[in-house]
Amino acid sequence: MLLGKRMLALVMVVGTVVTVSMAWASTDPAPAPTQSIAPGAHSYVPDAEKKSTSTADHSKFKELEGPFATGPEVTKACLTCHTEAAKQVHKSKHWTWEFLNPQSKQRLGKKNVINNFCTAVPSNYEFCTACHAGYGWKDQNFDFTSQENVDCLVCHESTGTYRKLPGLAGHPPYADMEFPPKSGKIVKAPDLKAVAQSVGKTGRKNCGACHFYGGGGDAVKHGDLDSSLGEPSKYLDVHMDKDGLNFTCGTCHVTTGHEVPGSRYTPTAVPETSAHMRGKDSKNLATCQSCHTNTPHDVAKLNSHTDKIACQTCHIPEFARGGKPTKMVWDWSTAGKLDKDGKPFKVKDSGGHDAYDSKKGDFKYETNVIPEYVWFNGTVNYTLRETKLDPSRVVKINSFEGSAEDGKSKIWPVKIFRGKQPYDVGSNQLLVFHTYGKDDSALWSNFNWDKAIEYGMKEIGAEYSGKYAFVETEMSWPITHMVAPKDDALTCAQCHSPSGGVGRLDNVPGIYMPGRRANELLNTGGWGLAGLALVGVLGHGTIRIFSARKGAKK
Amino acid sequence: MSNRIYVFKVFERFWHWSQAGLIIFLLTTGFEIHGSYTLIGFEDAVSYHTIAAWTLVGLWVFAIFWHFTTGEWKQYIPTMQKVDAMIKYYAFGIFTDAPHPFKATTLKKHNQLQHLSYLGVMLFISPLIWSTAWIYIFYDNWVAWGWDKYLSLEWVAFFHTVAAFMMLLFLIVHLYLTTAGHTPTSHIKAMITGWEETD
Repeated sequence: MLLGKRMLALVMVVGTVVTVSMAWASTDPAPAPTQSIAPGAHSYVPDAEKKSTSTADHSKFKELEGPFATGPEVTKACLTCHTEAAKQVHKSKHWTWEFLNPQSKQRLGKKNVINNFCTAVPSNYEFCTACHAGYGWKDQNFDFTSQENVDCLVCHESTGTYRKLPGLAGHPPYADMEFPPKSGKIVKAPDLKAVAQSVGKTGRKNCGACHFYGGGGDAVKHGDLDSSLGEPSKYLDVHMDKDGLNFTCGTCHVTTGHEVPGSRYTPTAVPETSAHMRGKDSKNLATCQSCHTNTPHDVAKLNSHTDKIACQTCHIPEFARGGKPTKMVWDWSTAGKLDKDGKPFKVKDSGGHDAYDSKKGDFKYETNVIPEYVWFNGTVNYTLRETKLDPSRVVKINSFEGSAEDGKSKIWPVKIFRGKQPYDVGSNQLLVFHTYGKDDSALWSNFNWDKAIEYGMKEIGAEYSGKYAFVETEMSWPITHMVAPKDDALTCAQCHSPSGGVGRLDNVPGIYMPGRRANELLNTGGWGLAGLALVGVLGHGTIRIFSARKGAKK
Repeated sequence: MSNRIYVFKVFERFWHWSQAGLIIFLLTTGFEIHGSYTLIGFEDAVSYHTIAAWTLVGLWVFAIFWHFTTGEWKQYIPTMQKVDAMIKYYAFGIFTDAPHPFKATTLKKHNQLQHLSYLGVMLFISPLIWSTAWIYIFYDNWVAWGWDKYLSLEWVAFFHTVAAFMMLLFLIVHLYLTTAGHTPTSHIKAMITGWEETD
């Protein structure tokens, strides 16, 4: 009987220990990269990337039998059925490269802004417009009303053979050509008939053809967009996972009439808090909340963070997570050095990436970069070419507005891209310079800044004092892609680390952070009094012991 | 010659020890959340702190019910009677083996200083801890309830921590005074067995 009771007690104790230790184990962070197939809970698999669900097989269309000599000829064939398509594209930023910010009234868009990567499009059209959704934009006289100059293929083809090369003003090569020049590598001219017959819904690699390579190469510009997202693993992007949910860009950037939602000029920094019911209104669907709501966590304590913290802050723990290094620093001021034979040269870093290029200056690349964090309310202000700047300070190419107090901001992860670029010492304004061209003024041909700047400024019809210097610049990029599976999201302690450690949000003002920002006066007072009390009782106890001994001796 | 009297009933002892355990656990996890040290990790500290807090709430519901149904609440009515005698005893008499000025009985189990300190805990420290904790826990609802206009998390946390430090002070002094009975262990034994040894 007694034995039975003891056994029962033993079983209960062991059971409790096991339960507790299991509960303990379940709170441990899971090992990092997981490549597993997505659980069966999601049956929705958008498969535009794999096999078409389209009701039309374009390889069966007479109109697409060709032969096609040029891109515009293909477009004409497309327009015979898709009669309104070009007119829709004409209204989009992909075509106009222009955007009028409705709040700030700033005239933005690729055509107008000066950034701190390749800096400016004017005077370099032929090169830059390799990423224009059109054909033939080689100078300021491009006809924006031409329908046949809309490039349907770059966004809709699926062979992967159609490549627009810098220097061809938006055209693909129509004959095999060496690219980059003098590299010995040959880029084949695409078979336009096969390309035209392959068209369908826009896939990841279509968007990626430009957006993965912004800033002059794979992963250079954004940090959260690079070619690793062409066929991503679950670890890299939980939604785009090629073996799982397999989202395309368009699954979130739901496009209607060739208008793609989601903007870096007017980002949605603080989305609606409830899930977005389709058809109810036309707000930006390309937000986390539009599907997940603002309270998606099982743990209530996590939901109480979402009033101030953007989803991206915890769920994109690092950017450039796909193994492709992103450019973090670009110093134009050192461009133009030549070797002892008077030839341009390159220096590689230990990772095999350019650390110096005579054409472009000094670079710094990084992978798995921890973002910087800022309050952001969606308002972005640009330093335009017309803006007067203070050359003694770092010039913010764009600055994100937001604060803890304005009631409409969240804490966002950003990539801050730092550089040095030329400005006009006379007018204190940023300069447009001529990088690429088959003339003797282009920086990349003759390595002469004076000529390159003069040419660039003349091209836009702006005054130039004749004197330039280099100013430090910063540009901010919101981090919103490469969303990690939840097991790889930030853990609490990465922000709430005890004093002495490094917390992710240490530099973000205006927040109370348990574990991180204790009131020092309170700490000193509290621990001080506790210490005094301890000394007091120990002293009292000691006197008692001694007086008791004395008493015993008596 | 020692006498024994029955001072603490079963529920009281259960209440005391489970509350003691919970408060020590809450202090330990609480100061980890506060950032004073790393022991079990911030995340676990937060979830266990919350669970322990709600458990303590449950315990208090029972304790309040018990105190009112049994009439034991009267033990906490404040009195300044003989407070000076207790202070004198702790300051001088205790060293010279003077007789303890207070004799616990079943009807009167706390000495006058205990009276005041427990009353302080119950009327000041605990309400401060409870109110700030609840305000903290319901942070999610501040906006919906319109509280966000009047409250800042930083100050709520500040006062919660102030109360925690006070509780720590109480704990230190209380632990020591458990040895200041008729013999160093008589108070502790009483709280375990219910029976207090007296002269």
